[in-house]
Amino acid sequence: MLRSLRALPTLLRVGLAEAVAYRAEFLVWLLSTNMPLVMLALWTAVAREAPVGRFGQRDFVAYYLATLFVRLMTGAWVIWELNMEIRQGTLAFRLLRPVHPLLAYACENVAAMPLRLAISTPVVALLVVTAGSHLTRDPLLLALFPLTVIGGWLITFLAMAVIGALAFWVESATSLFDLWLGLFGVFSGYLVPLELFPRWVGATARILPFRYMLGFPVELLVGLVDRRRALLELAVQWTWVAALLFLALGAWRAGARRFAAYGG
Amino acid sequence: MLRYLRLLGVQFRASLAVAMQYRVEFVVEGLLGLFWAFWSLVPLLVLFQHRPSVAGWSFPEALVVIGWFALMKGVLEGAVNPSLQSVVEHIRKGTLDFVLLKPADAQFLVSTAKFEPWRVIDLAGALAIFGWAFHLLGRWPTPGHVAASLLLLACAAWILYSLWILVVSAAFFVVKVDNLSFLFSSIFDAARWPASVFRGAWRLVFTFVVPLALMTTYPAEALLGRLAPGRGLSALAGAAAFGWFARVVWTRSIRRYTSASS
Repeated sequence: MLRSLRALPTLLRVGLAEAVAYRAEFLVWLLSTNMPLVMLALWTAVAREAPVGRFGQRDFVAYYLATLFVRLMTGAWVIWELNMEIRQGTLAFRLLRPVHPLLAYACENVAAMPLRLAISTPVVALLVVTAGSHLTRDPLLLALFPLTVIGGWLITFLAMAVIGALAFWVESATSLFDLWLGLFGVFSGYLVPLELFPRWVGATARILPFRYMLGFPVELLVGLVDRRRALLELAVQWTWVAALLFLALGAWRAGARRFAAYGG
Repeated sequence: MLRYLRLLGVQFRASLAVAMQYRVEFVVEGLLGLFWAFWSLVPLLVLFQHRPSVAGWSFPEALVVIGWFALMKGVLEGAVNPSLQSVVEHIRKGTLDFVLLKPADAQFLVSTAKFEPWRVIDLAGALAIFGWAFHLLGRWPTPGHVAASLLLLACAAWILYSLWILVVSAAFFVVKVDNLSFLFSSIFDAARWPASVFRGAWRLVFTFVVPLALMTTYPAEALLGRLAPGRGLSALAGAAAFGWFARVVWTRSIRRYTSASS
């Protein structure tokens, strides 16, 4: 444990160096997060005539720019790395190191944070300028916001780790992940704010993990949830984090043993 | 010409043989494809729950656009993506030399290297969506409109393919491009909406830079019988221009390519 902690700064440094080295790939990855902007264009066009539910044009601007920001900050790509490394067997190198592979992956992700922040700064600036009045003013909610973003990233990362670990057993872990992504699109509020769905969809989304990866921080920031509800949902979010952490560690322990078995 | 057709036949049979080895995957992926075709309707359903029409498109008319979207997605993922994914792999490993040395056009060879035949199920999904849309409209397209839309489909596929060639050419310059295909599909996702919904800068981008309007909106309008002939012709010209541009970029990139070993 202590040894892992001592390795942290180095892991972070390596991660940052990698993110900087593969700038083009990083940029492509960022550009592929363009969906909120398309939806922004779509829904503001729809809201031009009359507001949709309680969403006017400005509300949609605030919602989707916040979505873009949270998505940029919470994205992870560990599943594709995992899939490749398990198939090609290069995971063995990671397993030899005295640091838990999941921790190493997490560090690589976290290390790209400065770059991500740099890229999201214009988004935040745009958000504050064009729709600043639609953001929450409540200091408690604003203080909770970073916590919800961290929770969102943890759920994203850990879910990827769990599904990625399935590659130890089945061939098509990535098509399973496609399924996950599809559900995410609808139940997280990524494509459409959950409020605009029929009521039961929103109720279902409050139980599933997807909303806590994205929709919850966004709704909190644009002032769609009150204090009591925010605290309650924060608890749900971190329960999901704990559950997924437990699952991920379990899947990894079992999977790594199996990997060693057929890797020889 | 005949030789290339035969070559296409050979490559396609090889892909089919590979696909038939994994029959379970064939069925599972096919069913998933159908699931996605209908899942892509969700935002549309939400949108039209709040409005009877958006930017001059009623719900059944927008459904026709989604139908073309499902169809083009099938073309993209069944015929274009797999081959070109393998080019990217070739470039990275430096094995493209083997392709370049063969006595046939390299662009042809790389773009027919692999098909995923189970994507034909997407066609079924698209037809179901068309059926539903025209059932709601209470009329059926005339043979002339169908022919026009099929012609535009060919244009659309051609543009899609040319765009992909451009993306792949980028792989010669930026080596690590596994996720270029991601970027591409994420942009293509916007094609599920009628182009007239977008305004200002987005409309310019989606008409001229990434001609999504040509890919789904125009064929849909043709099928609905409301596409002006002039716009149809401009789509043809646009497709030709795009194909030519992609070809030029491709030959330039090929010339720049030095294998990993040399």
